Amino acid sequence: MSHSQTTTTEHHPALAHQFDSLEQQKDASMLGMWAFLLTEIMMFGGLFAAYLIYRLRYYEAFVAGSTSIAVTLGAVNTLVLIGSSLTMALAVSAAQRGAQKVLRGFIVATMLLGLVFLGIKAVEYHEKYVEHHIPGGVFGKFGPTDIEKDLQEKDHKTPEAAAQIARQTEIFFCFYFAMTGLHAFHMLIGFGLMTWLLWLSRGNRFGPDYYTPVELGGLYWHFVDIVWIFLFPLLYLISRTQGAH
Amino acid sequence: MSTAITAVQPQVMPAKHYLNDNYGIRSWLLTKDHKRIAVLYLISITFFFFIGGLFAAMIRLELLTPAGDLFQSDTYNKLFTMHGINMIFFFLIPSVPAVLGNFVLPIMVGAKDLAFPKINLMSWYLYIGGALFSLATMVSGGVDTGWTFYTPLSSGFVRTHVILMAVGILIVGFSSIFTGLNFIVTVHRMRCPGMTWGRLPLFVWSNYAASLIMVLGTPVLAITLILLALERGFHIGIFDPALGGDPVLFQHMFWFYSHPAVYIMILPGMGVISEIITCFSRKRVFGYFFVAFSSIAIAVFGFVVWAHHMFVAGVSVYSAMVFSLLSFAVAIPSAVKVFNWTATMYKGEVSFETPMLYAIGFIGLFTIGGLTGLFLAALGTDVHIHDTYFVIAHFHYVMVGGMVMAYIGGLHFWWPKMTGRTYPEGWAKLAALITFIGFNLTFFPQFILGYLGMPRRYHSYPEEFQVLNVLSSAGASVLAVGFILPLIYLLWSMRYGEVAGPNPWKATGLEWETSSPPPTHNFEMTPVVTTEPYAYGDEEGTVVP
Repeated sequence: MSHSQTTTTEHHPALAHQFDSLEQQKDASMLGMWAFLLTEIMMFGGLFAAYLIYRLRYYEAFVAGSTSIAVTLGAVNTLVLIGSSLTMALAVSAAQRGAQKVLRGFIVATMLLGLVFLGIKAVEYHEKYVEHHIPGGVFGKFGPTDIEKDLQEKDHKTPEAAAQIARQTEIFFCFYFAMTGLHAFHMLIGFGLMTWLLWLSRGNRFGPDYYTPVELGGLYWHFVDIVWIFLFPLLYLISRTQGAH
Repeated sequence: MSTAITAVQPQVMPAKHYLNDNYGIRSWLLTKDHKRIAVLYLISITFFFFIGGLFAAMIRLELLTPAGDLFQSDTYNKLFTMHGINMIFFFLIPSVPAVLGNFVLPIMVGAKDLAFPKINLMSWYLYIGGALFSLATMVSGGVDTGWTFYTPLSSGFVRTHVILMAVGILIVGFSSIFTGLNFIVTVHRMRCPGMTWGRLPLFVWSNYAASLIMVLGTPVLAITLILLALERGFHIGIFDPALGGDPVLFQHMFWFYSHPAVYIMILPGMGVISEIITCFSRKRVFGYFFVAFSSIAIAVFGFVVWAHHMFVAGVSVYSAMVFSLLSFAVAIPSAVKVFNWTATMYKGEVSFETPMLYAIGFIGLFTIGGLTGLFLAALGTDVHIHDTYFVIAHFHYVMVGGMVMAYIGGLHFWWPKMTGRTYPEGWAKLAALITFIGFNLTFFPQFILGYLGMPRRYHSYPEEFQVLNVLSSAGASVLAVGFILPLIYLLWSMRYGEVAGPNPWKATGLEWETSSPPPTHNFEMTPVVTTEPYAYGDEEGTVVP
């Protein structure tokens, strides 16, 4: 199927009826995906903007919250996710060459790396649960948290100030969970896309003529990766450097 | 098929078209044909238009007397909330794009379909999904926060189904994102040979501009509603001042979408008007590029004016000044359109068929609606008239006098194309007249009421406001007649109307070069465009500046 060198693309089985040629179909699909990613940027952008506004308002609380989360796990996760972007790019390249088995291998590798990411994320979430850093009604109801103790002992805050700042970290953790949660949700959608690509590749249909679905899946996966590239410094790094103990 | 024969040229229905291509409920519910999806949308939004109208009728009935004697104040809060939500999210936003745009935009650019027919169908199912949530909310007691969902009222105080409704709006938002995305890609990638950007009909330009807003604005509403639902469900404190959150931030995020959203509503309507005015003036549009780019300018400016909804909510005076100035700036591209439409009619062969009556009505009423918007954009006068009936009147002059007029006008204009039959012209003119009179009677008194200080969202009012309120309620019943009449005669015309033929208006544009109703793939063969848009008068060799 992929060996065809002729330009008679009219009867290509993947050509939808509304398009005149495979090129037009690919261009349209790519533009559609980019436009969709634009909506995603606006959606995450709203969260980012709100996060930055509250970071200005409750600066000390954000520094304290940011210092308390596990930067090592976040850094490892960053590497894992960048690795999954590499396997995804290799999957696209395999699809372009028509190497179906390699394609499937790299897609499975991408999914496995994604699972590792979510596993590490689950460990982090569990940590928050143990430390009583889950926002929503019960925040601060379990006695002084580690953040409050640190503020008193290492930053030499008065008990009242430490309690107030610790109380305000709830907003930081709201955003921590909202942003990483929305990101994780997008990864789950990504798993759905990967499964769909595996299903599509059964008939060995991808090749130099037609690999658009893999390319679109790749764009989406890279986008999810890039969101994390912004989330990681926002949540873990930029405030941490300020918290000189 | 039909015995309707016109005196001059008997038109016949085409043997094969999109309506009789195949039959059965599956052929509709699983269709990927943009024309059938447009019809599905038409049926659904008509349903919600009359639901929303029912709530409006109850509001006007309550306001007939100064005492709050028909509904309790809590019930009244639910009435105006459900009126607003249903009309805005389930009627106005999808109205022109999802019905008229879905039907004619792909034909106008010479395409066989939209770029992503499956996503188009999915957009309708998302609409229906959101609509079910809205119906569930209504059946289970409604929402009483106002359509704006201001926090902390919506997040902590009211006891109604805010989350249910927010989820419904979130879902219907994705339906509009998918419509917008489809339009953008179709305009970029699906134009037929010869259909350059400079030859696109202005209807396409304005829908393109509206699509940009849908794609860029709606996700921000989505994240705002998600945060609102989280806040309400788990008390996480992002918008709750008791927990350190900022309720004004909610207003910023809400209006960042909801102000541009009014341009999602009005821009496609402006596109309809450009088509109708040129056709019934038999003249090229005056200043094509200005009209086209004013749509883009409105879309761009529309994103940087949102805080004019919050002048009295405690935003800093300097940012208020900037937002006031930018709001005034939106008046420039809007005025460009109004002046260019008027100049198009000047020395044209103007005839007054029904779509033209609605279009002329649009120009007048939109001008009033737009100019009164400047009163609200000015920092000083806004203090006096914000949160009064002046705002209600301004909004309805733009949305009903503007958008609904354009929608109904466009529906009449393309009805022969959609169904293959013409509507009864006499009844339609009568309905247009009734709508115009009823509309003005309903909403003009509200300008005066608002200026005199009657606040919005109360079910009782001082006795000296009764005369104007009775006028308004009387107008509302006239307006209802104007809206119900087309429902009747348009349905009637589907069976008994005269066969229209491919181009009953002798209009330009690709949609008039295919049969009425069009075949499933729109054209027998891919069209090639060789002329400029709106080449009216070319046959007489008239030179139009």
